[in-house]
Amino acid sequence: MSFWFIQSLNSLALGGVLFTLAAGFSLIFGLMRIANLSHGAYFMFGAYLGLTVLDRGYGFLAALFAAGLGVGLLGGIVERVVLRRLAGNSLSQVLATLGVAFVIADCSLWLWGGDPRPVSPPDFLSGGVQLLGMTFPLYRLAVVGFSMLIALGLWLLLDKTRLGVMIRASVDDRQMAQGVGVPASRLFTVVFCLGTALAGIGGVIAAPILSVYPGLDADMLPLALVVVILGGLGSLAGAFVGSFVIGFIYSFGQVLFPDLAYIILFLPMVIILALRPRGLFGRINA
Amino acid sequence: MKRLLWAALLALLLSLPWWIGGVYYVNLVSQILIAALFAMSLNLLVGYAGLTSLGHAGYLGLSAYTCGWLMVNLGWGHLASAGAALAGSVVMAALFGLIALRATGISFLMITLALGQILWGLAYRWTSVTGGDNGISGLTRPSPFGLDLGEANTFYFFTLLVFVVVGGLMAVWVRSPFGASIRGTKDQPRRMSALGYNVWLIRWITFIVSGFFGAVAGLMYVYYHQFISPHSLSLANSAEMLLMVIAGGAGTLSGPIVGAALVVLLKNVASAYIDRWVTLLGFVFIFIVMFVPGGIVAGLGRWAKALNLKPVASTTRTKPAEDAP
Repeated sequence: MSFWFIQSLNSLALGGVLFTLAAGFSLIFGLMRIANLSHGAYFMFGAYLGLTVLDRGYGFLAALFAAGLGVGLLGGIVERVVLRRLAGNSLSQVLATLGVAFVIADCSLWLWGGDPRPVSPPDFLSGGVQLLGMTFPLYRLAVVGFSMLIALGLWLLLDKTRLGVMIRASVDDRQMAQGVGVPASRLFTVVFCLGTALAGIGGVIAAPILSVYPGLDADMLPLALVVVILGGLGSLAGAFVGSFVIGFIYSFGQVLFPDLAYIILFLPMVIILALRPRGLFGRINA
Repeated sequence: MKRLLWAALLALLLSLPWWIGGVYYVNLVSQILIAALFAMSLNLLVGYAGLTSLGHAGYLGLSAYTCGWLMVNLGWGHLASAGAALAGSVVMAALFGLIALRATGISFLMITLALGQILWGLAYRWTSVTGGDNGISGLTRPSPFGLDLGEANTFYFFTLLVFVVVGGLMAVWVRSPFGASIRGTKDQPRRMSALGYNVWLIRWITFIVSGFFGAVAGLMYVYYHQFISPHSLSLANSAEMLLMVIAGGAGTLSGPIVGAALVVLLKNVASAYIDRWVTLLGFVFIFIVMFVPGGIVAGLGRWAKALNLKPVASTTRTKPAEDAP
């Protein structure tokens, strides 16, 4: 019995991590119509930045902040310097993000070395909680809560603010939005910074669960792809539902069928593609 | 002019072991030819059908693993295991095509990436069959007609033979009426559909053919290295193949060969001097995409024109169909 509860919590925690990763990916796709193939690399880079801040003795919150800021800045620079010059040719932009992913991953390997680095959760979140006669690791509960907060924040941003209205308008009909005066150019940079910053933050909160290692980027990117293909591109609700569905499938699959976890993971994607190619909540026909 | 260049290239390649000076270089050129086989097979999809795939290393892996596994675990002969590997890859390509061709453009790229990762995950995790991270080693090269391919020069000529045959087949194929219809589905899918062509079927057939030639290249790969590990199926490897195609020039016959030579040389030469050659590769990727979008072959052609010379290779560069339905 306790196996199912603990595994469910693990699934929720992984789902929360996936959401911070996939929400940005989905937003960027929705607005700019590009698949940001460096998203996994930003995630890993964020985790490494957080690790460095933690090593220096600053707290976990500082690590989150530094990763969000640092990775967001890097994303902004990449958007301005590389992607901006390829505007209008989404395939070239996607390929350029792939090149960026190579550079970031290799530089991370250079700066932080090839050994996996374990990260311990912050003191105030270590230990467990007694619930229904079982012990749940507190940090995973906190990750679930944190990702809910991020989801809430993003929902408020998109639904209640002027910026959010402009983003949604551009996702639905970019030309029309530009026609009525939405500054699409600045919006692209803002959303790319936001999306990559979220990936960086996701990397830090995932670090105590997954640890940090070279290849983390290549492990996470396909998960983000599956989440957004399942949930629907450009949809926050889709990223949310998709993240937790994949979180459950991956966590249980790894325990119950360790050899074939990867195949099980991709099955829902295949089924969705066959039945509803735009994804569960998708509004974009890509 | 163009024929003359091809003939000169062939003459150079045929006489190569006598002037290149050393087994190391012969092996290097063998590697380039094998990489070119991969790039050419991917180019059928990327360049001619306009479907950018990021899962092509999957076919390398599938055919190499099938061949290796049958030889090591069941003791099959070379011919039988190679045939089974090719057949298995074609079946897999047909299945993957059914899934991936639900979409085009960026979504196609994302789905092929995910499918490629499935195969990578299988190779990596399904330890009881694939040997996990250690891969399958202890493989041997075949000896067709009693030739010993263990020797570098013989293997080089064998590779060259496969390369010429495959390249010739591809050249005939893309110039056939069917090849024209493939290019049609890339540039004007709606019009092709209105003209009565089954766009989906044309794409699916191209997908399978591309997978088949990818599997042929996979066999050459495993014969050369006599070893296969999950690393060969990684996303980085798929991306490298795509880089070869795009760097050289997608949709041209010579482009992928030039791209393959560039990437393999860069890897071998640069990695001897600097540790961070993956970074270099990434920057080359970004540079090519940003500044030489049509690839080196087309770029050289334009430079030659600008210098008022005869173009090295006349390539018709069409604007990529932007997310065409």
